Amino acid sequence: MLVLDGVRKSYSGVEVLHGIDLDAGPGEVLAVVGANGAGKSTLIKILCGAVKRDGGTVTVDGRPEQLGNPHAAAALGIRTVHQELSLVPDLTVTENILLGDLPTRAGLVDWPAAHRRAGELLRRTGFSGIDVRTPARRLSVARRQMVEIAKAMASEPRILILDEPSAVLAGDDLDQLFALIRSLRAEGVLVLYVSHRLEEIMAIADRVVVMRDGVITADTTPARTDEAELVRLMAGRRLDQIYPARRTEPGAELLRTTGLSREGCFTDVSVTIRAGEVVGMFGLVGSGRSELAEVLFGAAARTGGEIALAGRPARLRSPREAIDAGIALVTEDRKATGLVLDLSVRDNASLATMRTFRRRGLIDRVRQARSVGDLAERLDLRPRGISRPVGQLSGGNQQKVVLSKWLLARPKVLILDEPTRGVDVAARVDLYRMVDELTRAGLGVLMISSDLTEVLGMSDRVLVMHEGRVVADLRSAETDEEEVLAYSIGVAA
Amino acid sequence: MTGVDQRTQDVGDVREQRRVPSRNLLINGGFAVAFVVLLVVAATSTDSFLTDDNLTNLLRQSVTTGLLALGMLMVILTGGIDLSVGSVVALTGIMAAGLAEGLPVPVAMLAAIGIGGVCGAVNGVLVAHFRLAPFVVTLAALTTIRGLAYVYSETPITPTEINFLTLGTELLGPIPVATLLMVVAFALAWLFLTRTTAGRAIVAIGGNREAVRLAGINVPRHVLLTYVISGLLAGLAGVILASRVGIAQPSVGMALELNAIAACVIGGARLSGGRGSVPGTFAGVVLLALIDNLLTLHDVQSYWQQVLKGLIIVAVVLARRREDA
Repeated sequence: MLVLDGVRKSYSGVEVLHGIDLDAGPGEVLAVVGANGAGKSTLIKILCGAVKRDGGTVTVDGRPEQLGNPHAAAALGIRTVHQELSLVPDLTVTENILLGDLPTRAGLVDWPAAHRRAGELLRRTGFSGIDVRTPARRLSVARRQMVEIAKAMASEPRILILDEPSAVLAGDDLDQLFALIRSLRAEGVLVLYVSHRLEEIMAIADRVVVMRDGVITADTTPARTDEAELVRLMAGRRLDQIYPARRTEPGAELLRTTGLSREGCFTDVSVTIRAGEVVGMFGLVGSGRSELAEVLFGAAARTGGEIALAGRPARLRSPREAIDAGIALVTEDRKATGLVLDLSVRDNASLATMRTFRRRGLIDRVRQARSVGDLAERLDLRPRGISRPVGQLSGGNQQKVVLSKWLLARPKVLILDEPTRGVDVAARVDLYRMVDELTRAGLGVLMISSDLTEVLGMSDRVLVMHEGRVVADLRSAETDEEEVLAYSIGVAA
Repeated sequence: MTGVDQRTQDVGDVREQRRVPSRNLLINGGFAVAFVVLLVVAATSTDSFLTDDNLTNLLRQSVTTGLLALGMLMVILTGGIDLSVGSVVALTGIMAAGLAEGLPVPVAMLAAIGIGGVCGAVNGVLVAHFRLAPFVVTLAALTTIRGLAYVYSETPITPTEINFLTLGTELLGPIPVATLLMVVAFALAWLFLTRTTAGRAIVAIGGNREAVRLAGINVPRHVLLTYVISGLLAGLAGVILASRVGIAQPSVGMALELNAIAACVIGGARLSGGRGSVPGTFAGVVLLALIDNLLTLHDVQSYWQQVLKGLIIVAVVLARRREDA
């Protein structure tokens, strides 16, 4: 159905795809894995017509195809759900799903029919509970992802490319996605599934190809391999231990909330974070986790309850107050709220602490470069140069820049909201190691994640949120993935 | 992991190489070519281009656009726009001339520049604190302030004090004082945007306002500041213009905001904010002045001048865009 033969692509004379051969048939779920920079994104872009290949052939249903532009790819039934969401924020869900294909009657848009059609598509994908009349900007990231998927389904794809679809989905939502993929497979659709999350790949894929340095280095099936081998194939080295060994003697109390609430988001949350402790927080999308982080950081107002820092009541009415009180927040969506992509690593890393570099009214560039450079070294930022715009870095390295920004502020409490979303395995390990080092130095960390393995692997305690309440406070060593998941969906006793 | 990281690095380096030209105007191909071509055409096609008189005149005429473009750049960097600057030029010019009838000239001029700052502050408060759209706010200001200029004096005011003309006409060697003032303003602005915390914050706000807010930076205060700077610089431009011409008119400065925006855009500024530079804007100002000067020297009819100028702007921006892509 889809045959690639010697597909090559260069950017400005440097080849990033060195001849990709691939043969995939209808009704197949083909997983593509690889670290950031392996060439997955370029391959996807070629298939969906976003960039032109320099060499090789692509054959669809036995006919060689140019795929010169996105239109041509769409005409062949190739649809892509990109990692970077592409909804128009001010249009409704319906308009986004049916963009360019709204039903009309007598030359005017037939709105009742449009809403019905969009609703059907959402139901068919299994994602119900989204009001099709809502503007896309009011939806959470996970919901937007669901809308993206429904949008791809609108044109009955024959080849569906999902780029990191699960990065923002968890629990039920992910199950729905898998159910959808299985039903598409049954209908003979070829699904290309690109993900960092190996567990998912083992669960859903019929076949796995591993990319490294612009070539396919392995073509196997979940039955013939395991996660450890895949990681080895992707990374080119063994990751013996992804999560650092935790040994923890929590110190003094750093942050305590009592009955903290924000109307419509979460209710009566009482948590404590101590020095040297990693407190994990797991909850499904919409459980109020990110909103809690924003309130703790002064970026959103609370409607009830108390926050105490080191035993003293704190008001935290703005991010500035929170930063000054020693709280830092690595937000969920680093491109939307964490980084200024056009600006350099140096500017981004010192964004929260610029004034500390001030000398006689000007920024002391030497001291600034030294501070940022030191952190780049410690975090193994690649490439190391600090004057490069962060938009040019890979996801993992961008996340290191965000982390640098907050480390320069010397926080006592570090809140990480989905810190490894879209981050490749190698950069993850660097981040985990850094978190471990920081807690050894006495920091308290609140780590929000929808990756169960990560939450349990990294934290000393796990708080589970369900519908805006903390329903469990478990010691990581004494619990397991099933128990945490059960609490998060409200089925545990 | 070294293999993979090496790859990432290679790709990154290539991108950097590819992007450097657009980030550094001095070696920006299309732009430099346009510039050199214009200079050569100017110097070879007419004898009058390379005369002292003409060059001095060229430098002098670029002052108004230059100062306005500098203020405009600050506002554009935050993702805003200031359409009111042409009207501010008229109001501050005529007020400087009017106030100079009763006050010492320097005091009158400073007061007028201050009025420009107040105009900017009103714009800034409406944009930053009341969250109104910059285009709408400054469009309203454009007509309001123009009206105020006529209310202040319907007829042109000719200052009687001879030292009213000093600022606009005095030369320091071959170079007009006003031009020196503009160059100093550009140098200070460059220092401000690259080396101060407020300047970096302004650039960052246009790139990602929410990230800046979450970094604990007071976004409205910085946005307000850009409009005040724009107003002050427009005030300075208005005073210098009145001083150079020797007569202040309420009708002066129509459509100057468009020249200022054009200079910023030619210089690489992005209207949605976050990108733009002081050296680029300076080059944009000089290029515009050069085009005007060249067309005038060749006795091109003024309507055709407008047409050609528009086409040249599009050509330069197209050339830039190809490099940015």
